[in-house]
Amino acid sequence: MAKYLLLKHYRGGPAPVNEVPMEQWTPQEVSAHMRFMRDWAARLEGTGEFVDGQALSPEGTFVRHDGAGRPPVTDGPFAETKDLIAGWMVIDVETYERALEVAGELSAAPGAGGRPIQEWLEVRPFLADPPTVTE
Amino acid sequence: MNGSLLRDLVPVVIGVLVRRGADFAAAEDAVQDALVEAVRTWPAGPPHDPKGWLITVAWRKFLDAARAETSRRNREIRADGEPVPGPGRAGDDTLRLYFLCAHPSLTPASAVALTLRAVGGLTTRQIAQAYLVPEATMAQRISRAKRAVAGVRFDRPGDLATVLRVLYLVFNEGYSGDVDLAAEAIRLTRQLAAMTGDEEVAGLLALMLLHHARRAARTTTDGRLVPLAEQDRGRWDTRLIAEGVDVLQAALARDWLGEYQAQAAIAALHADARTAAETDWVQIVEWYDELVRLTGSPVARLNRAVAVGEADGARAGLAALAGLDPALPRHTAVAAYLHERDGDPVTAARLYAEAAAKAPSLAEREHLTRQAARLNARPRA
Repeated sequence: MAKYLLLKHYRGGPAPVNEVPMEQWTPQEVSAHMRFMRDWAARLEGTGEFVDGQALSPEGTFVRHDGAGRPPVTDGPFAETKDLIAGWMVIDVETYERALEVAGELSAAPGAGGRPIQEWLEVRPFLADPPTVTE
Repeated sequence: MNGSLLRDLVPVVIGVLVRRGADFAAAEDAVQDALVEAVRTWPAGPPHDPKGWLITVAWRKFLDAARAETSRRNREIRADGEPVPGPGRAGDDTLRLYFLCAHPSLTPASAVALTLRAVGGLTTRQIAQAYLVPEATMAQRISRAKRAVAGVRFDRPGDLATVLRVLYLVFNEGYSGDVDLAAEAIRLTRQLAAMTGDEEVAGLLALMLLHHARRAARTTTDGRLVPLAEQDRGRWDTRLIAEGVDVLQAALARDWLGEYQAQAAIAALHADARTAAETDWVQIVEWYDELVRLTGSPVARLNRAVAVGEADGARAGLAALAGLDPALPRHTAVAAYLHERDGDPVTAARLYAEAAAKAPSLAEREHLTRQAARLNARPRA
């Protein structure tokens, strides 16, 4: 088994679907989207492949050290939403192909007009501990 | 095995060990060890005297640990052969544990963890699961908390207000994992109420019972929030409501009002309305006035604005909202609601969407997004 981080950025889908903010969908479309996300996670829990996942608040702050004894420097929040991370999930699957398959399913969540939003999902393998047996 | 009976015994047994000469941290560890053994062995062969069993096993664990510590330090101890405690002091001990675990020197998160373990008798693993952190993290939080109160005298009364705040925090956490924290908070508050006879403890207990009564109606099966006005009141737990109202009335009759009684009175007025339309908003506003007077809390003022909107119309509600800091949590959601009631769906939809972006939980974000979507999808005039 190998763990992967799936990052949702809410970007990259076809414009007519992706550029409609959720509050412009019909209530039924909102519900269908939410139900899809829940069912997707429940399916992976059922197969023993779901590890964890959280939705994130859209606004965040950048922070960096500013020298000893000084408060950290902060910046933002930024209006730029192109690189917004909307949430993340960790899955634990047998193969890389399975990770892609699962991410592909998630990207098909229905959006405005019931069409799949086809957003990009970033799939990042975890760096694992070195194996005990190496030969 | 009755898990809550077992957990009722935990603070009592800690009290016994402390009176026999163990310090709190060591006593608490020993009882936790005994508890883990009880969970393992009682299902196969429950003891006739659970309390006696726990005291014996916990005391042995304490002695084992103390001896190991002693031989490590290479010196003698005199812990054996302590007298059996006298009767009638278990209640005092348990009460003192509440004070110790909610000691003002602790952060709220530490006080919550320590209370759930030493007073509630939950295992570290259960507490960790309930708060969605790794067990090692929770174990560390608890041992740091125990070090922080190591020098606190066990025989002095503490501050009841901090105890109530800790129990309130536990109740509000809801439930996840295999521990129902809301039910656990009610059990601990009920136990505290039986020991103190304090009006505010009763007020908090009533508040918890009245809110817990609505739990089944508060969300749909797929996790959606259902606002108070839309809840199926037939699904409210009338037994809990009756108990909550009784507890509250007895407390109010003693005429020593506090913030928890005022909050419970508001919850009782909601519970009393057979339909949302029958809600006595005028009286609710009066209770919010009391609450604001007692606490000065901006959150109470925000909730008051909602009640004013119901009692005197949306315009009055918006006026009540006008003086409040827009950065308050849920301020935007309240503004959206009042603007919709005021007949301005365009502003309301914009504010709902804005509130959704700031929502502190996924369930609230979904709810607010759906409100915006509902208004945006309405047929244009």
